[in-house]
Amino acid sequence: MVSEKIEAPILTGSITVPKIKENASIDQKCHHAAEKHMEKLGFPGVKPVDWKEKALKKMKELLKKYRSLKVYLDTCVRCGSCADKCHYFLGTGDPKNMPVARQELFRKIYKRYFTVEGKVLGGLTNAEDLTEEVLEEWYTYFHQCSQCRRCSVFCPYGIDTAEISMAAREIMDSIGVGQKYCNEVLGKVYDLGNNLGMPGPALRNTLDFFEEDIQETTGVDVKLPLDVVGAEVLLVSPSADFFSAPHVDSLVGYAKIFHKAGISWTLSSYASEFANFGMFIGSYAVMKKVATRILDEARRLKVKRLIVGECGHAWRVGYSFWNTLIGPLDFLDPKYPIPQHICEFSLDLVNSGAVKFDKSANDEFTVTYHDSCNVARATRMGDKPGGQFEIPRALIRACCNKFVDMPDDVNREKTFCCGGGGGLLTEEIMDLRVKGTQPKAQALKDLMESHQVNLMVMICAICKAHFSHVLPHYGIPMETVGGVHQLINNAIVL
Amino acid sequence: MNIIAYIAVVIFIVGFICKVRVWTKVPAPLKIVTTPAPITYPGVILRMASEVFLFRSLFRGNKLLWLGGWIFHISLLFIVLRHLRYFFYPVPAWIMSLQTIGIYAGYIILLPLIYLLLRRWTVEINSYISNAMDYFTLFLIIGIAFTGILMKQYIRVDLVDVKAFMLGLLTLHPTISPGDILFLVHFLLVLFLILYFPFSKLMHAGGIFFSPTRNQRDNAREIRHITPWSNI
Repeated sequence: MVSEKIEAPILTGSITVPKIKENASIDQKCHHAAEKHMEKLGFPGVKPVDWKEKALKKMKELLKKYRSLKVYLDTCVRCGSCADKCHYFLGTGDPKNMPVARQELFRKIYKRYFTVEGKVLGGLTNAEDLTEEVLEEWYTYFHQCSQCRRCSVFCPYGIDTAEISMAAREIMDSIGVGQKYCNEVLGKVYDLGNNLGMPGPALRNTLDFFEEDIQETTGVDVKLPLDVVGAEVLLVSPSADFFSAPHVDSLVGYAKIFHKAGISWTLSSYASEFANFGMFIGSYAVMKKVATRILDEARRLKVKRLIVGECGHAWRVGYSFWNTLIGPLDFLDPKYPIPQHICEFSLDLVNSGAVKFDKSANDEFTVTYHDSCNVARATRMGDKPGGQFEIPRALIRACCNKFVDMPDDVNREKTFCCGGGGGLLTEEIMDLRVKGTQPKAQALKDLMESHQVNLMVMICAICKAHFSHVLPHYGIPMETVGGVHQLINNAIVL
Repeated sequence: MNIIAYIAVVIFIVGFICKVRVWTKVPAPLKIVTTPAPITYPGVILRMASEVFLFRSLFRGNKLLWLGGWIFHISLLFIVLRHLRYFFYPVPAWIMSLQTIGIYAGYIILLPLIYLLLRRWTVEINSYISNAMDYFTLFLIIGIAFTGILMKQYIRVDLVDVKAFMLGLLTLHPTISPGDILFLVHFLLVLFLILYFPFSKLMHAGGIFFSPTRNQRDNAREIRHITPWSNI
């Protein structure tokens, strides 16, 4: 069901807790994955007759595999600290978008089938039978969680709703009830190595176009190499960097900085995707398979370093999970972090004096920075906690004159999701996405009015795509959205 | 009464241990620590201590709830410590020294309890997320506090009897329980609370220590994190 009407909430000047509106976002339902897309990932194509038994069996399996799931289901006291922290609840008022209520959709089934108290006391503990209706509810509301982990920051026990929504999605996939957007995209990665389904020759054409463009605008011969065996660095970037605005400006920024640093580098047509939607659907096996393409390619191209582009959830997979999934990557040069974020790489060059910026090239902009959820709450950069906040900001300050930070309550680890993360970057739930953007749109609008901010940069492909699509609903021009390396692209002295 | 007491205590201990054992056995296959996070073990200990003793995350989430929750738990701690006097003969000096503060805590605890209850009742989002057992737990603890205060303040019970009974239980030489109704109600409610403990959200007391988003180190790139099933 595609939402006919998209309603942007009016920005009132503050972020407030809404009145509860039961079922306010129940019509925002993601399209189901087709049989062929399910089977490609190794899931059943259709829902089996004994789906309920299969789902419970899967749940039992996951309870033995993930401590997070088990402990979080057992520990919640429903204190409500998380309740008003979710952007989808703040935007829609649908009570099932309160993190604790979203968890309860899972917990009530867990209670009913896996706990003594649920079996004995039943409904008094909120325990409930697994039925078609519950499954519908699961499908709707576990695809209204962007797995941004903001709730987990404020939970006294660190309960992470993302862990629960990932498990729920894995259970649903295991009974043939998958989401179209993620599973279709993952199929493309299996076939062609990237989310866009773009074959190698098309990629080469695009890169040629960028090379010509740089030549025309700067007169300098900057290369964007592809599939070069023996390059020092393999750069893995989200495929949106090759095609979408404003993403491409950051890609050109990476190319220029490699050029200036004089470090040989290459992109890959086989591993042409940093994004890993295997995380969104909660599947360890899929996530590992997607990541393995990058490992294989790093080996084949005999590179010494692995550097990754601006992508939030993928940085989480790369930073936090790659070492577990495809490690140890001990054939790479241990002098550098494995993997290294492009921001870490660029800031090192700035600090060593290898690259210089003409800050005035960005004088038309008053810049603010959006902390992307996965970068902020699930990763680090550099060697100190909080480097994921300081390093991108240091880079921004190095290449522009006017920078204004967001207010504390929407910044750093308290940042709000753009509204399109966690596998929700799909058209049919546009109304939900627009509403989920409200908190961050409010903060941005305030800065635009108080400090004349006209550019919000970020290091996440999903944030960039989502914001440029959605902010116009709030009267904010799409050109307000940019990448950190876009600023570098403007200011670097070649 | 003696049998009920023993059953409750055994169920509590066995239930608690079983639950914790399951948590220990289930692996945490991936690094999912909520960042910014400490990189070293001492850092993790500091982070956990700030959660366990100061409820740091709750403080960041909701100041009033933090105040209510923290006063409740700290009062409970002093009340429990003060009650140890009924289990020791002679009573160690450090327990004696907690007598006054323990008694004050017994009165003070009613305030956060009533606040927590009213909050569930009256604030729309909290009312939506509360289930029957959430209220039940609060009523149970309020009942315990209330009967405790009655005994202390208004209807005195024979403490010599009570203490002899408790020591009897503790040394496995059970005696006949005191006949005082108020004491029996108080005691039974406590027994019910600890019996219910392992099957309820009260297990948050143990769960916090097993929360991967809080107890992991942020060192995924430096040290390969592997568990048996994830190393496939």
